[in-house]
Amino acid sequence: MRRDADRYQLFSRRSLLLGTGMVGLLGALGARLHWLQVVEGEKYRVLADDNRINMRLLSPSRGLIFDRTGEPLAANRNNYRVLAVAERARDAEMVVERLDRILGLGETERRRLVRELERNRRGVVPVTIRENLTWEQVAQIEFNGPELPGVSIELGQTRDYFHPELMSHIVGYVGRVAEQDLKENDDPLLHLPGMRIGKKGVERGADAALRGKAGAVQVEVNATGRVVRELDRTEGESGANLVLTIDVELQRYVSERLKDQSAAAVVMDVITGDILSLVSVPGFDNNAFARGVTQAEWQDLLADPKKPLFNKAASGAYPPGSTYKMVTALAALDARVIDVWTALPCNGFIDMPGKDLKKYCWIHPAGHGWLNVHGALAQSCDCFFYEVAKRTGVDRIADMAFRLGFGRPTGAGLPEESAALQPTRAWKQERESKGWGIGDTYNLGIGQGDMLATPLQLAVMTARIANGGYEVKPRLVSAQVGPRDPLAPPAMRTTPDGPSMRLDPKHLEAIRVGMLMVVNHGTGTANASRIAEAGMAMAGKTGTSQVKRITESERDRKMSQSELPWHLRHHALFVGYAPVDNPRYACALIVEHGMGGATTAAPITRDILLRTQKLDPSRKPGRFRQASIEGPVVAQAPAAGPDRPREGGR
Amino acid sequence: MSLGVAAIPELHLADKVWRVNWGLMLVVTLIAGVGFLALYSAGRMNLEPWALKHATRYGAAFVLALAVAMVDIRFWMRLAYPVYLVSLVMLLAVDIVGKGAMGAQRWLVLGPLQIQPSELMKVALVMALARYYHNLAREEVGRIVYVAPPLLAILAPVALVMVQPDLGTALVLLFAGAAVMFAAGVKLWMFIVAVAGAVASLPIGWSLMREYQRNRVLTFLDPDRDPLGAGYHITQSKIAIGSGGLFGKGYGQGTQSALNFLPEKQTDFIFTMWTEENGLLGAVVLLGLFAALLAYGFFIARGSRNHFGRVLAMGITVNIFLYVFINVAMVMGLIPVVGVPLPLVSYGGTAMLTVMFACGLLQGVAIHRDLLIPRNP
Repeated sequence: MRRDADRYQLFSRRSLLLGTGMVGLLGALGARLHWLQVVEGEKYRVLADDNRINMRLLSPSRGLIFDRTGEPLAANRNNYRVLAVAERARDAEMVVERLDRILGLGETERRRLVRELERNRRGVVPVTIRENLTWEQVAQIEFNGPELPGVSIELGQTRDYFHPELMSHIVGYVGRVAEQDLKENDDPLLHLPGMRIGKKGVERGADAALRGKAGAVQVEVNATGRVVRELDRTEGESGANLVLTIDVELQRYVSERLKDQSAAAVVMDVITGDILSLVSVPGFDNNAFARGVTQAEWQDLLADPKKPLFNKAASGAYPPGSTYKMVTALAALDARVIDVWTALPCNGFIDMPGKDLKKYCWIHPAGHGWLNVHGALAQSCDCFFYEVAKRTGVDRIADMAFRLGFGRPTGAGLPEESAALQPTRAWKQERESKGWGIGDTYNLGIGQGDMLATPLQLAVMTARIANGGYEVKPRLVSAQVGPRDPLAPPAMRTTPDGPSMRLDPKHLEAIRVGMLMVVNHGTGTANASRIAEAGMAMAGKTGTSQVKRITESERDRKMSQSELPWHLRHHALFVGYAPVDNPRYACALIVEHGMGGATTAAPITRDILLRTQKLDPSRKPGRFRQASIEGPVVAQAPAAGPDRPREGGR
Repeated sequence: MSLGVAAIPELHLADKVWRVNWGLMLVVTLIAGVGFLALYSAGRMNLEPWALKHATRYGAAFVLALAVAMVDIRFWMRLAYPVYLVSLVMLLAVDIVGKGAMGAQRWLVLGPLQIQPSELMKVALVMALARYYHNLAREEVGRIVYVAPPLLAILAPVALVMVQPDLGTALVLLFAGAAVMFAAGVKLWMFIVAVAGAVASLPIGWSLMREYQRNRVLTFLDPDRDPLGAGYHITQSKIAIGSGGLFGKGYGQGTQSALNFLPEKQTDFIFTMWTEENGLLGAVVLLGLFAALLAYGFFIARGSRNHFGRVLAMGITVNIFLYVFINVAMVMGLIPVVGVPLPLVSYGGTAMLTVMFACGLLQGVAIHRDLLIPRNP
């Protein structure tokens, strides 16, 4: 037994060591617990809440857009889309494959989505898998929820445009938020998946009003990202509804009148500045853009020589040609270098001082003989305006042009509007060292050379002359109404909007008489296009602007424009207003490569102004919808017909 | 040598009942009670699917433990080697025909029974080692010749369990065996040599490990390596424990577990759930109960007058300690995730049975503490 006592002694010592070791290690566990729960406890509490609580933004309904009569132009349609959060979907490939079985995504799309999910591995921004789901697809995904971690269905809205080709340049379209948009704007709404932002037209110009304010919902989620319950919710605010000044019926008329051309027209109320019609043909299908245009569609649009994506009415800068002569004349009268009765001779050309060069009148070699400002406008004599421009000088002409609205965007509400170009002495100096020359003055006097104007600017100029010299501002949006407020038709004021330009009424009268003679006098360049209906007569001015310099040999051969290839032919322009005795509407029109202002542009303008007057609310009051359009328009499917937007799916 | 035996009269059943260490049984029951509460909460305050079964199993295992304790300890000593051999054979069988679960073969199906031989081996190894050292004289313990057999007896099952692969159980077997050898008196320098050898052979072990085991080690060394993959469990477990604070989120109020951020909350991560809901206080109570259990084991070992009982009790105590330590350290991110349950608390039948069998043996040692057993009886 002594041996056992020995053994026991050793065991006793060793077990004590083991026991001490165990106590020590248990102590380590306690210390670790203290570290995690007490020292670092706050940090882990925050992390646990981060796990648990998810802030989700609620996207507000985008405001609707209507024309002046209450006709809907843009609305929203419910759109179920399926999203996946990469962080929660542990196995992206598996999730995408299961979704593929339900949705039929296709091989390429599947690979793209897996790549996108892998790339977003650490992000919490959901990736949109598919939009415009059918009810069956929604049901199947909901049913298979547990096998699709990180996948959720969200009710979003798709933008529908009711008159896609017709209104595409005005309404524009919405599209995915791009990197650039995020740099310009820090609205958290823009980070929402499937969020659409205005990209063109009024959608872009009035995006802030249309967008509304984001709501937020706090939800508790489990480890797979599925919502367990809602903790808190603040509703967002729907975007404001917009009433445009456009009259869709007139818009359609103008558009049809310009069909198959590459052309633009603007019809404007000279009193209020309301733009009743702004047409640029051809248009494009803005529904295709709202949905996401395909590469092929995009290439087709870009390749079209008539540039359907380009809003020629607001962004197209053209030499205004003879339609600019009112500016020259008004500047000269205002500078008192001529008066209303000053007559100047036209021999068909003038000599350029110091050079062996001539500048020709369009009627070369006959010449117009002696003309005052009325006759010079009526017959569009170039020589008269060469002389007048020389007497007035570039500075005073440019000054008058700026006052009439040239050289800067008119601010009608289209973000893509161009400033075009009003050349000045300083501008030329900066561009070319030899600076402004007398030739430049001559060219400017007849709206050629460096001078560029948009049809919108030409309409504004015409309106300011027609309304008696008031700086009326063009506008496309007549009212912003709350999402639940009724629409009201635009007010028909009778006194011009905007400050007076302080021009001598006698001078304006002289210009208007000249424009009246263009259409209504036997010598006028557009005499064939006068309006015979009582009280609706039109005044105007033709313009034919050169696209290419006419060579001496061509002039000698009297080469016809129609012999030239389309893209080298002259642009045909016309500006006009009606009715002549109490002007209400102004119209500016350009037909690209239409060859002649009198032959091509004037008859179309006549028809447009006649139609505009016939659609005047004083004649057709019943066209305006007064009632609130809240509700039904959103839910309604777009009306069947040629304008019906295409259903989703690519 | 037969003198000692004659000096102590045989114990009758009544004497044995009288000698039962009820304190030990109380502590064990309290720990199982914590398990019941935790599983009730894990089942979202439902008896199903875990809590009720846990309680039932414990009830049965409790009776079994008492029955084991009543059996003469010499019977278990005689059975030690056969049990060990049977366990070893079953381990071998499992490696060949075992049923897989989560990428590892651990189960052996015998008719209606599903047996996890590695669990059985934990007790069998300690029993075999206890018998072996019981029969060695003090001088013999230190000799290399006598170190070889126990070393083989430990390494054979360790290797078999490792290839299943079940790193956690292999580690428990290895450390428990080593602890028994240490307690029995194997020379210290041998342990030093063994540790040095183990470190030297680490690269070999690395090459033998499965991909997921390597990932676990790598992720343990740098949990941020893959916070959404392998490191996810550790990170979420730490968040759960840390966010529990001093007093916890309240019983049944754990957000991490209720929202499924915790994996395996009813088995390996039950300590996490308990601590999230009951805070540092709850954790200390549970660890305190385990400490009390270990203390009982420790003093039972030292109180035994036969060497088999001493070594067996110490081996069982170290075994339980290893379970508790590895599990708790694992869920707190102190050591890699090796997949070891928390005894008596985690849900699981075989583990419960093994632990209670071991407690029965412990109780048996306590009851037969004054029994003198000669060497080589």
